[in-house]
Amino acid sequence: MNAAIEVAKLRREFVLRAGLFEARRRVIAVDDVSFTVPVGSVLGIVGESGCGKSTLARLILGLLAPTAGSATVAGKRLSDLDRKARARLIQPVFQDPFASLNPRRRIRDIVALPLVAQGTFARADVARRVARVLERVGLSSEMAERMPAELSGGQRQRVAIARALVLEPRIVICDEPTSALDVSVQAQILNLLGDLRRDLNLTYIFISHNLAVVEHLASEVAVMYLGRIVERRETDALFREPRHPYTQALLASVLTPEPGRGVPDVGLGDALPDPANIPAGCRFHPRCRIAVAQCRSVPPTPVVADGGGMVECHLA
Amino acid sequence: MSLLEIEDLAVTFGGRTAAVRGVSLGVEPGETHCLVGESGCGKSVTALAVMGLLAPGAARRATRLRFAGNDLLTLSDRGMARLRGNTMSMIFQEPVTSLNPAFTVGSQMAEVMTRHKRVSRSAALERAVELMGRVGITAPELRLGQFPHQLSGGLRQRVMIAMALMCDPQLLVADEPTTALDVTVQAQILRLLASLKRDFGLAILLITHDLGIVARVADRVSVMYAGEVVERAATADLFAAPQHPYTRGLLSCVPVPGKVQRDRPLGSIPGVVPTIAPGFAGCAFRSRCAHAEATCAHEISRRSAGAGHDYLCRLAPRESALQPA
Repeated sequence: MNAAIEVAKLRREFVLRAGLFEARRRVIAVDDVSFTVPVGSVLGIVGESGCGKSTLARLILGLLAPTAGSATVAGKRLSDLDRKARARLIQPVFQDPFASLNPRRRIRDIVALPLVAQGTFARADVARRVARVLERVGLSSEMAERMPAELSGGQRQRVAIARALVLEPRIVICDEPTSALDVSVQAQILNLLGDLRRDLNLTYIFISHNLAVVEHLASEVAVMYLGRIVERRETDALFREPRHPYTQALLASVLTPEPGRGVPDVGLGDALPDPANIPAGCRFHPRCRIAVAQCRSVPPTPVVADGGGMVECHLA
Repeated sequence: MSLLEIEDLAVTFGGRTAAVRGVSLGVEPGETHCLVGESGCGKSVTALAVMGLLAPGAARRATRLRFAGNDLLTLSDRGMARLRGNTMSMIFQEPVTSLNPAFTVGSQMAEVMTRHKRVSRSAALERAVELMGRVGITAPELRLGQFPHQLSGGLRQRVMIAMALMCDPQLLVADEPTTALDVTVQAQILRLLASLKRDFGLAILLITHDLGIVARVADRVSVMYAGEVVERAATADLFAAPQHPYTRGLLSCVPVPGKVQRDRPLGSIPGVVPTIAPGFAGCAFRSRCAHAEATCAHEISRRSAGAGHDYLCRLAPRESALQPA
């Protein structure tokens, strides 16, 4: 197996001060995370706001330095690469296409920027590559002359994808790329990402808070809770038989178009997770329906699940 | 008589854009009515037109616009202000931008009530605490003194809902209330809205782009496209036999866990909602419709697909539900 991304015992802490006179608090945003993503496959990472999934993305992109552990991309440690080399290897697509595009630049210039920043591409070559990538993501050459404000949310996200692909990277980190979009546009973008992955043999990490969204693209899904991966399984197996109670709750939260079924009580209660105050024992136990005494005191260790996956629960 | 009656509502912006084109719908007391469609379909503009909150430059006309015995078409601005936040309230998608960052949660909640009712500030704060408990906010007394930035997204939206309920409204207009939230929090907020409807007989006009939400909470549905209601039906009927190609397209976009086939593309609707100029004729969906033909450019009449179920398309009614792709 050829690994595109290898993450080993990755950990990242932040020190927060809530107010001027309040004590510093240590937040462990990513806690001992390990996984491997083979070339050409897609790892879906799912979890609620504050679970550390975006911090994990920034660590893999090399935008943040880890407190401990390492992330290697295509066999190289990101800290050993300069920014230009890193940009040729790995690129991000972020959630909000309204915030991630410079409102004062034309689409053509926004997409060209990664090429121009490399400083090695001739002007004619830049123009040719930009035209090719815009066409590839389904934007007309007329769109290239427009400003971001003249585009719809879906078109902007296509621009963000074009910008990520213009350097022909091998790995793309998609952080909630469809969460700001309508469901109809979400489907267009998911289909586009799927086509691009197949045609260009790309490797993705695809982050979402909604399990239903990652199913179509991901070959494997990791569920994160308060900084740890609590379940990581091959996609079909995870959707067929989710083993961690948190994965089950996330799956129950998906509202399918089936009238008469009402909105389910997903059983997570109101005890929202606080990354600065991680519970002892299993960190999920205050919200867990089936927690027993052991869960309140002893942290579970990961056990191997089918097909090389893992689940971290005393009762799974 | 319906609590809210809208008949042939039209909204234009500067005479160039027809954002709402002849919308008719009624919301009964204690009913949840969903307006569903993509961004740019005119759902929010319809809601704002009802609330009298359209931006300057927008022109509103209708043959009828009545709420609980009030004629909203002739009501003065002061008259509207007396209704808003009182017997009809509205919550928005983004609780960050709809709460004032400079005032505490308690003072914002109390203001809603002291403005409309003859109550003291302390009585209003008491009501605020009671309602915050009702909408599932833990330690409400503590929250009263907090500022919006100190709350999570789910908590802010609960504060918005509690605030909207301060004066015991008959109608709640909720514009994409869960779109900015985690799916787990979304389920909790929607359960909350359902229980408010059950316990207080609250009528809800819920705006969303997600047919998954519609299926789970709506009693009746109006599907909007390019400013028109293209299909309306009781919820069960709409999902059992969706008629308009747009409704069927929207339905195919909702990812259903366990039914996704990874080697096949997800259902999607190509293109985007067009901007419609006044005087536009024919079906506005024809530019994106697989069934479009020349006659679609002419006026389309409403067809019936059963009691309380009609749609705006030249195609004859179909009986089958949509087969999942």
